[in-house]
Amino acid sequence: MAEDLIGTLADLEEKEALEIVNRRLSAGEAPLGILDDGRRAMEIVGKRFADGEYFIPDLIYSGEILKSINEIVKPKLAEAGEVKHLGKVVIGTVAGDIHDIGKDIVVFMLDVSGFEVYDLGVDVPAQKFIDTIKESGAPIVGLSGFLTLAYDSMKQTIQAMKDANLRDKVRVMIGGGQITKEIMKYTGADAYGRDAMAGVSLAKKWTGTE
Amino acid sequence: MEKQWEEMSSDEKQEARFAKWLSPEGVEFVSPEAEKLYKERATRIKDAIQLKKLPDRVPVMLIPSFFPAFYSGLTPLDVMYDYEKANNAWKKFYVDFQPDAHFGCVAPGPGRFFDILDYKLYKYPGHGVAPESTYQCIEGEYMMADEYDAFLQDPSHFFTTTVLPRIFGALEPFKQLPNLTTINEMYGSGITFFQYGLPDVQAAFKALLDAGSEALKWMGYFGAFMKELPELGFPAGQGGYTKAPYDILGDTLRGTRGIMTDIYRQPEKLIEAMDKMTPFWIQKGVIEANMNANPLIFLPLHKGADGFLSDEQYKKFYWPYLRKILLGLIDEGVVPFMWAEGGSNSRLEVICDLPKGKTAWLFDDVDMIRAKEILGDVACVAGNMPMDLLTVGTPEQVKEYAKKLIDNCGKGGGYIMANCAFFDNVKPENVRAMVDFTKEYGIYK
Repeated sequence: MAEDLIGTLADLEEKEALEIVNRRLSAGEAPLGILDDGRRAMEIVGKRFADGEYFIPDLIYSGEILKSINEIVKPKLAEAGEVKHLGKVVIGTVAGDIHDIGKDIVVFMLDVSGFEVYDLGVDVPAQKFIDTIKESGAPIVGLSGFLTLAYDSMKQTIQAMKDANLRDKVRVMIGGGQITKEIMKYTGADAYGRDAMAGVSLAKKWTGTE
Repeated sequence: MEKQWEEMSSDEKQEARFAKWLSPEGVEFVSPEAEKLYKERATRIKDAIQLKKLPDRVPVMLIPSFFPAFYSGLTPLDVMYDYEKANNAWKKFYVDFQPDAHFGCVAPGPGRFFDILDYKLYKYPGHGVAPESTYQCIEGEYMMADEYDAFLQDPSHFFTTTVLPRIFGALEPFKQLPNLTTINEMYGSGITFFQYGLPDVQAAFKALLDAGSEALKWMGYFGAFMKELPELGFPAGQGGYTKAPYDILGDTLRGTRGIMTDIYRQPEKLIEAMDKMTPFWIQKGVIEANMNANPLIFLPLHKGADGFLSDEQYKKFYWPYLRKILLGLIDEGVVPFMWAEGGSNSRLEVICDLPKGKTAWLFDDVDMIRAKEILGDVACVAGNMPMDLLTVGTPEQVKEYAKKLIDNCGKGGGYIMANCAFFDNVKPENVRAMVDFTKEYGIYK
């Protein structure tokens, strides 16, 4: 019987989790099953974070453990499994701003909630958002920014979407240290979120997957 | 006869430091009016912090990032490289808005100094970000997970040969430098020094000397500014700065991800390293307070914000070591002035464990009513004027918010009006509304 990787990983027991992975692989179990357990454990981590039971260090650490598991499992993996997603989200920190901690947490939470996330990184020019929206057909865009200078950058990025005739094809949410409703109005975004959970619930609402 | 410093209590030391700040040596006020303003302002801030006497009104501070540059039609790039322009812009800012304190013109930093050393820890105007943008730290591990032992054994040598070569490209050859702690007798001494003869090491020292000259040149301008502003009637709101040990390790050594992982993988090492850092950073605060004859020492707080640590983690890794720093400073009569960046709602009940009238807490994002309720008996609370209002709001909205802050937090003294975060390109009329309204509405009758 397969040992409980899901619970162990969700409880952030790194040593035990890695031991289970190694034992299950030596017993001849398919790597895909292990990765699937990893994914389910991350769902639990995400839920605990949303419930206020886990905090940012727990998210970061669970990601680190999962990385170690992937390193063990990936070489044995013949092909990646198909995961069904709730929807696509394009996300990035806007031009001129290189902060990524908050954005990465939102990416993590969207990912474990079942969204396919196109993470464009930091200091992302408006054109890169436009190109990725076109290529992916994603209906949701997340703009992140920590600096107050990002207000204008967000506004310009949303303006660029209008100029590219994409604005009515996407919903835009913004977030970051000093982002409020006033800034949402200023930038022309559809919504804003104070934390990662707000981003997830907006994405779910907008994709009708609540 | 006056008491010797060592014989004074921490209360007496604090009073002595405030007295020096209130009557600054070597300051030639430009007018009797400037002198009067200086004394009123300094007294107002002192009273708000000490919680002994009701100030005449709520003090108001403006702590900008690059706003003074934008306000003078300059870019951050301009003021990082042209020190005179920086001085003029910052002076114009304080003179035009007339807040109760000035905070130097340190933000622009000496641009050429960073160029000479090929600074890699930040992106700054013209180096990775646009001329109109501000400098921003590049998240990363500048001390690796397996380097705690080397750090703990000899922090100075570790910084010289490991950290500095990573953050200053020009100092990369310092990786080769020997540890001079083992210089002992004539025998073998020559061998220990040969690395100083290597061409790349010598080039690194040349860069260091050039950088030093540039820093000194910049300090000339900076020093002139620090002398002139009090003469115009503005006390310095900051005599220097220090940090919380968890932030010291987390901000620019282990990085956010690194330190959060250490909490689980090597908590004892992390605690040992914070213990090791603590005396260095208490000393830094005291030295700067002495040097600038100013009791106020700033502490920007970062990684203890709401959500960035669980309550348990905050109580285990953040607060005890920050508290050690604070008590170390308070013992010496220094006044720690915290700037709690991010959210602080979950921290209030923890941080109120401090002696009364010795600290100030400037908040970014917090329920100010609760902050006043919980902290108000022991510490001055400050700040919370939101960035969104200053940037896209109207003067009326700013006044309305300022009124709420004064009504909720100003009662009985112990509140300083201030912006919630460093500000860049906000509307000047909103800044003016914040200052003028506080002066008008914040009077204690």
